[in-house]
Order: sequence, then structure tokens, then C-alpha cells
Amino acid sequence: MKALVAVKRVVDYNVKVRAKADGSDVELNNVKMAINPFCEIAVEEAVRLKEAGTVTEVVVVSVGDKSCQEQIRTALALGADRGIHVEVEGRPEPLEVAKLLKGVVDKEAPQLVILGKQSIDGDNNQTGQMLGALTNMAQGTFASQVKVEGDNLHVTREVDGGLQTLALKLPAIVTTDLRLNEPRYASLPNIMKAKKKPLDVMTPGDMGVEIKTHVTQLSVAPPPERSAGIKVEDVAQLVDKLKNEAKVIA
Amino acid sequence: MKTLVIAEHDNASLKPATLNAVAAAQAIGGEIDILVAGGDCASAAQAAAAVPGIGTVWCADNAAYAHQLAENVSLLIAELAAGYDNVVAPATTNGKNTIPRVAALLDVAQISDIIAVDSPDTFKRPIYAGNVIATVQSSDSKKVITVRTTAFDAVAAEGGSATVEAVAAVHDSGLSTFVSEEVAVSDRPELTAASVVISGGRGMQNGDNFKLLEGIADKLGAAIGASRAAVDAGFVPNDYQVGQTGKIVAPDLYIAVGISGAIQHLAGMKDSKVIVAINKDEDAPIFQVADYGLVADLFTALPEFEGAL
Repeated sequence: MKALVAVKRVVDYNVKVRAKADGSDVELNNVKMAINPFCEIAVEEAVRLKEAGTVTEVVVVSVGDKSCQEQIRTALALGADRGIHVEVEGRPEPLEVAKLLKGVVDKEAPQLVILGKQSIDGDNNQTGQMLGALTNMAQGTFASQVKVEGDNLHVTREVDGGLQTLALKLPAIVTTDLRLNEPRYASLPNIMKAKKKPLDVMTPGDMGVEIKTHVTQLSVAPPPERSAGIKVEDVAQLVDKLKNEAKVIA
Repeated sequence: MKTLVIAEHDNASLKPATLNAVAAAQAIGGEIDILVAGGDCASAAQAAAAVPGIGTVWCADNAAYAHQLAENVSLLIAELAAGYDNVVAPATTNGKNTIPRVAALLDVAQISDIIAVDSPDTFKRPIYAGNVIATVQSSDSKKVITVRTTAFDAVAAEGGSATVEAVAAVHDSGLSTFVSEEVAVSDRPELTAASVVISGGRGMQNGDNFKLLEGIADKLGAAIGASRAAVDAGFVPNDYQVGQTGKIVAPDLYIAVGISGAIQHLAGMKDSKVIVAINKDEDAPIFQVADYGLVADLFTALPEFEGAL
């Protein structure tokens, strides 16, 4: 079966992002960019399914401006077979990204679509589920295990109370949680090979999608700062402070 | 203006997260109804009817909704949404799973994880793991919203007398089926609802050592949590994880033990009223947010702490 993996270019997870002084946006000049960590887990899962013989081809897609081809190449270096870049300027909202991905799904007809559960910039946690609704596919979100069982996909999900396993009809959508796998590092030969793998460019027009704005960011601000308190000498002083100063224990 | 709040429940009872979502709906203003979608969920619907200020509790009681399958429940909510201006749900794993499908079916955006309501169309929400708070304005006529429960004080659970009305619509997409679940059984309070939380990190060294936290948790009536490092290392199950991608907690007292204080963890607990950090590394970032820091070896400090309570 064919697997489609969506990846997003985001600020590297080690960067502490700050609001610009004028509050207009976050400061993104000269910051290191990378593949979203949850998307990296999605690529790894697809590649592992290919190595296990379940998946025959891994197609990686990214929606964004030209620079996101860098992240597509990263995914190709990790083992994806070919790339699709849907070229869009600016920062399309999750619903618009889902509509563009639906266009790619319609064209490629994958049996399995794997996405990260959320991107670490917008923290929306929406795109996979929206794609599910638009394509009328089953979804296994926040996955910690994925197994093909006959005609079904069994997905174990990390939920509030523990773990839940669902059987999904194929084609299906999976969004990854942290413990699905530990992504590999790309080897130098694979990075070189990735440069020669095919990468097609599409536009929203190719898919008949007109990008709309539903939500406008008015301003950004730093969160209220919490200041450091005091260091206590020992456990006795800690218990005393909690009882008599903070009054949070009886 | 009318808002439909999607109840968080386990069929038998209403979960407190619903009360936080109702509080957010009140901040938006207008009339509020609640939807309880489940299987054999009449008692959860009765509990929802007791929440003050609710007009109607819609009870969609059908096997197709028993396990909150997103494919089915989203079709139901999208249908009911026709009569509402806003759909509001708590940002629990259920809400996060189902509500984006609702938004896509309605062809509107979802505003995720709001922490404040500035006006009926303008909201505050954390982005970049809580390092930045964005103020966003929706231009959609229908708003689909998930709520960070710790940011809104729960409304009262008792005192109301809403009418409960059955919803006849059955949406069974046939796309997914429930197979099994492993739900942690514990006498302790739920992590997201506890007034005291004690969490362990990589410094706990292994799962057995979490027993050191249990005695303290028992004495304080606390829930036990963990950092991502402790969960990834297999010390404790995933549902213990406190952090941006795990659970967001804001108890009266949060005790971080052997946790260095990665940004990702801080994002999940920094709104706690009082934070205590116990760590042997005096430079650990956790001390920068702690009200009371104790630089000590947790293996001697924890038994002493338990003894002093």
C-alpha cells in the first residue's frame, strides 16, 4: 500500500521563541528551522512500515513556501521515496492545509496518511482530523502503536485515561504521538541520495483550492512571568512554609 | 447568541472538564445548551442538567457514540451545530480528537485551547509551547472552540434544572470500531482535577522509585504526574505526562521532584498556584519558576518529607 506523510517546517524545538517588541508577531528572523518533531515521527513510522513490507511507497508532502523543500529533502533522506511540495505563501490555516492535503490525497490515493498530531509552532492539533472529515476517512489520532490487521488498521491511542485501541477501515489517517517510535538520523549517503529523489511542485490552483482567512492574529505577547521564589534550607523549613506561609497543606 | 457545549463524560458521570468549558461559554455570553453523546449515558445527561444556567441538555444515547468515535460524534455535532452560533468543548483528548472534524464539516476554523475570551469573536491562546500568547479574531459566522480547562474556573455542578431532550439522530459512519482500552485504575484524584499534584522526573531513576511519591500523595490527597523524560524512559504510563503535549495542570500545589524543568514541562504546570521543586542540581531551570526550592537528594528528602506530613 501507498503511504502519504505530511511534514511541516517549523522553528527548531530548541529555540525559545519570543514575541517581537511591538507585539505584531513572533521573532522568526534568523532562527533555526527544522522538520516538526511529530512529523519526523510520522516519516519514521511510514519508513518502518515500508521496511516491514506493509507499505510499498512513501510519498512525503509539505505545504508552504519554497523553503519547506528543505524539510521534504530531510524526509527523503530518512527514507521517503518521493516528495510533493504544495507551494503557498504565508501561513495557511489548518483548515486550508487540510483542503490542500485532500487535493493530494485525491491525486495519489494513498491507503494510509500519517501526520504529526500537532505542530510545535501553532499548537493547533487540527490538520489530521480535518483531513479525515474532508476525505471521509477513519482516523487514529495520538497514536502510540500502528498495526495492519487484515483489511483494518489497528491504532493504539494515548488518551486522557490511558490507552485506547481502535480498528480503522482503510484508507485511514493516523496522527502521531511521542511514543510511536524514535526517529533515526539520516546518514550522509542517504542525504546525498535524497537530493536525486523526485520532488514535484503543485499549487492550490492545481487542486481547485482557494486559500481563505478565517482567523486573524491581532497581537502576540509574552506570557505572564513567574518569578523565582526562595530556596529553603531543609525539609522542615519546606513543610513549615507550605503550612504557615503558602497555607496549601494542613 | 447560542452556544452548544460538548460534555466530557464517561457515560456514567459528567467529568469536571465540562464545567470549565461551560465557564468559557459563559464568558462568551448568551444561551448555553449541553450535548451529552454516548451510550447508556442517561446519568451523565442528568448530571449535566444539574449545571446551573443551562437551557437544554441534548442526550444522544446510542451505541454508535458509546466510545466517542470521532467519525460518528463529529457528524452528530455538525448536524446539531446548525442551531448554534458557537460550539465549545474542553481540550481533552476527546475534544481534540473530535472537534476539528466538526469544524471541517462546517467549513470553519477551529480556535484551539483558548485561555481567555476578550469578546465573542476574539480569544487568547498559547502558541509555541506557551512561550507566546496570541490574541486571535475569528471572522467565521459559526465559531468552533476548544478550551484549556485550567484557564477557566469551573462553574457549579449543582443547582440547575435544565430539560433533558433525547436526540434521535444516529450517525454510524462504519469507519472505525472500538477494540479495547487500558484505563489506569487509581483511588487518587484525576491529574487534571487534583488540588495537589506531585510529579517525578528523570531523577527518579526508575519506576519503582515512584513509590516514594505515593506515600506523600496519599497523605496530601494528591495525584501523581511525571515529566516526559520519565514517561519516555518507561518509568510510568503515558497518562501521567504533564506538559505541553501531555496534560495541562494548575493545582493549588505542584511538587516537582527530580524534574529539571524543560520548557515543555513548564508549559504544562506553570499556572499552578504554588510550585515546589526538589532537585539536587541547584542550577536546574525548575527553580526559576518554583516558589519554594529545595536543593537536596530526593532519596533522602522524600522519606523525610513524608514523615513530616
